[in-house]
Amino acid sequence: MHAIEISKLDKRYDNGLKALTNINLKVKKGEIFALLGPNGAGKSSLINIICGIAKKNNGKISILGFDNISQYKQARSLIGLVPQEIATDSFEKVIDTLKFSRGLFNKKKSSTYLDKILRDLSLFEKKNQQIRTLSGGMKRRVMIAKALSHEPKILFLDEPTAGVDVELRKNLWKNLNDLKKNGVTIFLTTHYIEEAEQLADRVGVIHEGKIIVVEKTSKLLEKLGKKTLKISIKKKTESLKLIIKKYSLKKSVSHYLLNYDLNDKNIVSNFFKDLNKNQIEFEDLEIKKSSLEEVFLNLIDK
Amino acid sequence: MNIRGIFAIYKFEMSRTFRTFSQSIISPVLTTSLYFVVFGSAIGSRIEDIDGTPYSSFIIPGLIMLTILSQSISNSSFGIFFPKFSGTIYEILSAPISPFEITIGYVCAAASKSVIVGIIILLTSSFFVNLNIIHPVWMFFLLILISVTFSLFGFIIGIWANDFQKIQLIPTFIITPLTFLGGSFYSIDMLPEIWQKISYFNPIVYLISAFRWSFYEHTDISIIVSLTTILGFLILCLIAIYYIFKLGYKIKV
Ligand SMILES: Nc1ncnc2c1ncn2[C@@H]1O[C@H](COP(=O)(O)OP(=O)(O)O)[C@@H](O)[C@H]1O
Ligand SMILES: [Mg+2]
Repeated sequence: MHAIEISKLDKRYDNGLKALTNINLKVKKGEIFALLGPNGAGKSSLINIICGIAKKNNGKISILGFDNISQYKQARSLIGLVPQEIATDSFEKVIDTLKFSRGLFNKKKSSTYLDKILRDLSLFEKKNQQIRTLSGGMKRRVMIAKALSHEPKILFLDEPTAGVDVELRKNLWKNLNDLKKNGVTIFLTTHYIEEAEQLADRVGVIHEGKIIVVEKTSKLLEKLGKKTLKISIKKKTESLKLIIKKYSLKKSVSHYLLNYDLNDKNIVSNFFKDLNKNQIEFEDLEIKKSSLEEVFLNLIDK
Repeated sequence: MNIRGIFAIYKFEMSRTFRTFSQSIISPVLTTSLYFVVFGSAIGSRIEDIDGTPYSSFIIPGLIMLTILSQSISNSSFGIFFPKFSGTIYEILSAPISPFEITIGYVCAAASKSVIVGIIILLTSSFFVNLNIIHPVWMFFLLILISVTFSLFGFIIGIWANDFQKIQLIPTFIITPLTFLGGSFYSIDMLPEIWQKISYFNPIVYLISAFRWSFYEHTDISIIVSLTTILGFLILCLIAIYYIFKLGYKIKV
């Protein structure tokens, strides 16, 4: 059984805007799944529909086997949601808002568990403070704490690190990896490629309401990514010219660049063999992997 | 049934009330006291008894109604409107709690507050007049029934409203005038005949009449008719809320 199973999902807003078209997606239990797409691609719409905040026009969604409409109570009990926008009750105390969330999800009181969450998210010192006295980053963590307060099996995070500084982002990634170790399935949206690359087991790319590709993060890079070999060669000889032609090297300031596909395994060794054969010496070399960013641009281009 | 969820909403709403204690509890007490000083003591002493009840006592049920109707409506309409406005509604919408359970949480909290305010007004008024309630159990039952009914009505307004003005609209332009014209400060049979007839189309007349009956047994309208009217309105609100949630009206996009 899958953690999330979506089939033939369509969403059209009242103003006629088609936000999602024929979404089919399966998220495995225990994985971190990143939905990647530019602003307005439909990421939030998808999360909101899964979690019961927006209505769908068509299709079926099941959460660990429970239909999200006809069995919404069972389905939603398993879900924790951190929406994109920060929305908190300013005058509530941090601990009270967590107790509220836990109660809303029909879970027995547990101050030990709530304290643990607060510690994990470095909020324990702020436990008895009103939310309005916290910084933006802390408020976001309060929202994450609320989502975790009822021990969800699947956690949805809608752009959790948008506008969050580097250190907080790294901390959050650590938190998410810890949750994953505890068996929580994580579904996050982002438009930071780095985030998907660092965190996700699998990545789905969404563009204009359609899912373009779903792939293991490493596979996606392998399949569509390119590597560039940057090499510095001092002496320009006749034989080098031939090699430049053979491998269509590009010249960049004082180096030559060799672009090749990740799955083209032989090209590099052939290249070096040729260099050797022609006694061309190089001074320095560097290999650059293309980022998911470039992969992404590649995909959308098609 | 998500009992803990209902209770969480109830507790949240009540703590909001107590956080703004002075605003939500002291102000109705103050307003009512002023009414007593002006209508009860100053003017009331020059008005003759109505069906054997001194004017200052006669107005108590009407005064309580005046306050709890507006309190019930504003408490629950604001209670559900504010999360929509601030965005915190997301959590309630994504929780395993049914629309019916959500309604119970908000409406019970708003009604509790109204009942508390009603009792406080009653206690305040006992400083001004000699209170003698003939049917205390009925009085209490009606207080609760009316608070619940109008809290439910307010809840509907809160769901329907998409800005602060709309929340004020119905209480200001409909409920308050109808309450003043509904016999808070006079008996319907003191009016010219034509206005008596018109008054029977004002639903608030029935509430005040029933409530006053529980105090003094004096009534413009038979208690059965009044009770039926109140229950009818309650059922109407329940039907409305059922359809609102069924259609996801104005909450889900
Ligand atoms: N409530 C709404 N009503 C109408 N259109 C909406 C609403 N919410 C989002 N949209 C539109 O749907 C599209 C997808 O939006 P969204 O899901 O928020 O994208 P993302 O989260 O990927 O940035 C956008 O074109 C957006 O303008
Ligand atoms: Mg979004």
